[in-house]
Amino acid sequence: MLKSANFKPSRNQLENMGVATAGSGFTEQPQVPDQLCTKCPGCGKTIFTSDMRANLWMCPSCGYHFKYPARKHLLKICDENSFEEWDTGLRSTDFLHFPGYAVKLKSARLNSRENESVISGKAAIEGEPCAIFAMDSRFMMGSMGSVVGEKITRLFERATEERLPVIGFTLSGGARMQEGTTSLMQMAKTSGAVKYHSDAGLLYITVLTNPTTGGVTASFAMEGDILLSEPGALIGFAGPRVIEQTMRQKLPKGFQSAEFLLEKGFLDGIVPRPEQRKVLAQLLRLHRKEA
Amino acid sequence: MEAYKRIQLSRKSGRPTGLDFVNHVVTDFFEMHGDRRFADDPAIVAGVGRLCGKPITVIAQEKGHTMKERTFRNFGSPHPEGYRKALRLMKQAEKFGRPVLCFVDTSGAFCGTGAEERGQGLAIAENLCEMMTLKVPILTVFIGEGGSGGALALAVADQVWMLENAYYAVISPEGCASILWKDSKKVREASDSLRCVPEDLLELGLIERILPESDQDALWRTLPLELSEEFDALEAMTSEERCAKRYARFRKMGVFKE
Repeated sequence: MLKSANFKPSRNQLENMGVATAGSGFTEQPQVPDQLCTKCPGCGKTIFTSDMRANLWMCPSCGYHFKYPARKHLLKICDENSFEEWDTGLRSTDFLHFPGYAVKLKSARLNSRENESVISGKAAIEGEPCAIFAMDSRFMMGSMGSVVGEKITRLFERATEERLPVIGFTLSGGARMQEGTTSLMQMAKTSGAVKYHSDAGLLYITVLTNPTTGGVTASFAMEGDILLSEPGALIGFAGPRVIEQTMRQKLPKGFQSAEFLLEKGFLDGIVPRPEQRKVLAQLLRLHRKEA
Repeated sequence: MEAYKRIQLSRKSGRPTGLDFVNHVVTDFFEMHGDRRFADDPAIVAGVGRLCGKPITVIAQEKGHTMKERTFRNFGSPHPEGYRKALRLMKQAEKFGRPVLCFVDTSGAFCGTGAEERGQGLAIAENLCEMMTLKVPILTVFIGEGGSGGALALAVADQVWMLENAYYAVISPEGCASILWKDSKKVREASDSLRCVPEDLLELGLIERILPESDQDALWRTLPLELSEEFDALEAMTSEERCAKRYARFRKMGVFKE
């Protein structure tokens, strides 16, 4: 069952717990601050935050897709009361004693009210059973460390055992630096689990959301049988700033956007939020093996 | 020695490159070019040859020695077609039942517009998937830089060995310093924090062996024998056993509380 916690820490509470907040050098803020109005990065209009949230976290004016909190996204996609969460007890640790990581983890947990940047489990979409995961930008920008790698791997292993298709909403800045080379190894580990699931003849659909980059792009995000994306999502291996530095030139507008990838042949389709549930259910039904 | 000094040594010009290793370790080498889809990537050298008399497929990232070579080799940073060439040759090795030996030396997969347009992320992801279940033995040796996904795309192996002055990191220390601390001068601190030198990686269980490199001639003499011995041990297993062990090798990597 999905739980929606009512607990919301205030800035004072965060500071009392020794957690740096915005303005004190801490840079990972939610994209949409808790304020009345939001400026839409798509059309530049100032919109009511509540209107945007009521509209599947899309701009009511131009349809720009804001970063959707993972749990909210899952609730909208899955049949009512069908989501059963898996592996809720896994917690990241600062096993390399990386400067600032412990504080960042604490702050990410408070900020997102989640234990990690991926939520995984089993659900049904229009009655079609599947294993499903979604990633959350508010937890260290969806970065992949040991826990993300382990949860994704366990999801694919269990889906292989239970012969379930997998649907994944990806969002990530890449591998998590604070866990060093161990984070990098999660790319291989998750890829192995995806490969065994695939070799068992099972379906995997990814829905790439804004942004999906780095080590997640170079592993399980791109390994789906069917690759879908939300409109306007930034999808790439290297981030745009890194490419601009390498090439010493400005990138053309829309480079690495979902629309650009579709044109270059790297996506099967772009599916806006209001259509996602219907499209995913259709694809699940088309791949159902009749007993 | 502090981590940053080791990283500088791993990048030092004059150090043997991938092609030097191929020439010293493999005899009867025949290079094969191209990914059959887009182009040939000079940052990756691949072909077939013999290791202690037995046929083997060898794949090496190559940086070049002179400025002209280095420019031609794109400083050892492969494009997607390089990874696709590597995968093509691995599949060929599987067909003909010969083991795969990889030499890694790259600051990272290339971060340019062409690389993105041709699917750098997808190319790496496909290698990770396919290498995990490749039926023949795979052994990877890090001979210099091991830059993130661009290195891992040749390192989903049964065993990973590293020269003592090589590194294997999730991000370059320069990138880490500038992203996390917005200060490229903190590169030393970043190098230490990333725990990316061979001793750290051995302790973390991410690699199997460290190869001393102070005596270059001794390395050229012993490395082929050591590699050949390890391949013999790997070939003694069935492909099912070997693939299961390879997956288990990565499956146990990760530290968390539950």
